[in-house]
Amino acid sequence: MKKLIVLVAVVALSLVTASAFGADPLKVGFIYVGPIGDHGWSYQHDQGRLAVEKALGKQVKTLYIEKVTEGPDTERAITRLARDGAGLIFTTSFGFMDPTIKVAKRFPKVMFEHATGFKRAKNVATYSSRFYEGRYVIGQIAARLSKNGVAGYIASFPIPEVVRGINAFMLGAQSVNPDFKIKTVWVNSWFDPGKEADAAKVLIGQGADIITQHTDSTAPMQIAGEKGIKAFGQASDMIKFGPKTQLTSIIDDWQPYYIRRTKAVLDGTWKSTDTWGGMDTGMVGMAPYTNMPADVAAMAKATEEKIRSRKMHVFTGPIHKQDGSLAVAKGKNLDDGTLLGMNWYVKGIDDKLPK
Amino acid sequence: MSALEAVLLTIITASTPLLLAAVGELVVERSGVLNLGVEGMMIMGAVTGFAAAYTTGSAAIGVAAAVGTGVAMALLFAFLTQTLAANQMATGLALTLFGTGLSGLIGQTFTGLPGVKLGAIHIPGLSDLPLIGPVLFAQDVLVYASVAITTGVAWTFTRTRAGLVIRAVGSNHHSAHALGYDVAAVRYRCIAFGGVCAGLAGGYLSLVYTPQWIENMTAGRGWIALALVVFATWTPIRVAVGAYLFGTVWIMGLYVQGIGVAIPSQFLSSLPYLVTIAALLAISGNRILTRVNTPACIGQTFVPDR
Repeated sequence: MKKLIVLVAVVALSLVTASAFGADPLKVGFIYVGPIGDHGWSYQHDQGRLAVEKALGKQVKTLYIEKVTEGPDTERAITRLARDGAGLIFTTSFGFMDPTIKVAKRFPKVMFEHATGFKRAKNVATYSSRFYEGRYVIGQIAARLSKNGVAGYIASFPIPEVVRGINAFMLGAQSVNPDFKIKTVWVNSWFDPGKEADAAKVLIGQGADIITQHTDSTAPMQIAGEKGIKAFGQASDMIKFGPKTQLTSIIDDWQPYYIRRTKAVLDGTWKSTDTWGGMDTGMVGMAPYTNMPADVAAMAKATEEKIRSRKMHVFTGPIHKQDGSLAVAKGKNLDDGTLLGMNWYVKGIDDKLPK
Repeated sequence: MSALEAVLLTIITASTPLLLAAVGELVVERSGVLNLGVEGMMIMGAVTGFAAAYTTGSAAIGVAAAVGTGVAMALLFAFLTQTLAANQMATGLALTLFGTGLSGLIGQTFTGLPGVKLGAIHIPGLSDLPLIGPVLFAQDVLVYASVAITTGVAWTFTRTRAGLVIRAVGSNHHSAHALGYDVAAVRYRCIAFGGVCAGLAGGYLSLVYTPQWIENMTAGRGWIALALVVFATWTPIRVAVGAYLFGTVWIMGLYVQGIGVAIPSQFLSSLPYLVTIAALLAISGNRILTRVNTPACIGQTFVPDR
């Protein structure tokens, strides 16, 4: 009982001091699925964390836990951050969805942000990026630079996000070369450097002279470099792994979002929202256009600018499905609902979508 | 480069680490020891190989470091199981867990750095031949080593006294002991040899396959190697057949997708396992032969009477 009284007193005192001086920094926690040195997904989220520290200085203090496996361990990690006094916690992988919701119930005063999920609560917001906008741009570049008119696409899992990327890439390529072809290999993994490398070799052997990937390792980039062809990076700028290979890379830029949301908590204006930001919000960026002629880079920049200024939507009709049926009529855009559940290929893709 | 050549080269790259690790484990198991730590020795070989190559700029030093680490890990296992007579299964599993964790720690500073690739050795005259030249005679030293080691092991077991001794120790350690052979010493050497091979296999991953360090980059290849040894009924040539069959089906799964044949990719991903198991079961159908080759004392702890 005595302990409890002391505890209550301490809590009350700290609340008083906090409100009186407003000096206690807001603790912002981050949970990563991979190591921060993966040079892909988790690395980019950590860059966001560092940006928050830089932008808000003494107002915040950041904490993070890396390499958290999706499962029972997730709950423990999130709880630890909440217990450590975090007022805002970003959980940055799809598989963290249920644990986030569960922990959020126990800590109603703590704000949670879950990346790429769809479950929200009063203190749980969700956010994701329209990576597909970047894929349209790289599709255009691929069609301009490929001599054989064939790109090799290393894909992870046949889920809407990845299918959407392939379609956006194809639409971009078709806008330059209507006969462009894509060869797709599904490696059934987000991260298996050996298998991704094998897939790249096989695709190059089959005549693909541009490689793009929707998997997280830098292995395909290295293989493309060895074979003397060009490739696109994934999630972060991979130029270090292919100084003469990388054309550009779709960059997940979480920095502006993280800063904005942290500020919202500081201001007391934070609300549970669902954000799906594209180039216009700065969440999707492109690495510098390298290893390509100036006119191709100019075309890419122009497209990027059109998408950013919302003069252009990647999925504008007429778009036909693979079987020839009309998906969206001329002048109309595919709605977000259809995009989120996309499970069909656009016309021109020869492969059959694995179910 | 022709499409066929590209596919053959990729198959060799995919099969070599499996073959290296499996042949090493075969020798260990033939001496009556089950080392489940192959994955752990491999991943440690991969990380130290990369680290040494990156620091010194020499892939050869990387290979040496990978081998050294593999042996060090193996000797740790040997000390625990042979000298201290610990349970082999538990120790092997612990070795894998230990290796996976420690490699992550060592590799922390090396993640995301571009690596050094082990160069190919062109055999003069032969490497210019069409198709078979680049496929067979312009490989890196580890591919040649895997073939040499497999042949050497096969020859040792069938043609030499040392091979007979190893088999005797694995078949019946009590008899071998009674005949005056130092069971522990033989096993120590075999386990160390397994460490050399696992180290090479790990080094192959981080110096040739994908020249970079990535956490957990072995991705279960050590376990596949372990399974290959059993399904190949402890014969080196069958291990080689199994490793190459696995590599071939693995690459063909990707190849078939690339040319647009509509087979579910999940099925293609599981096909290498199914085909290899089926094929090795078929060729090892002769039960008597299987029994002759199976080391009877595998996994059993041996403590000589004093």
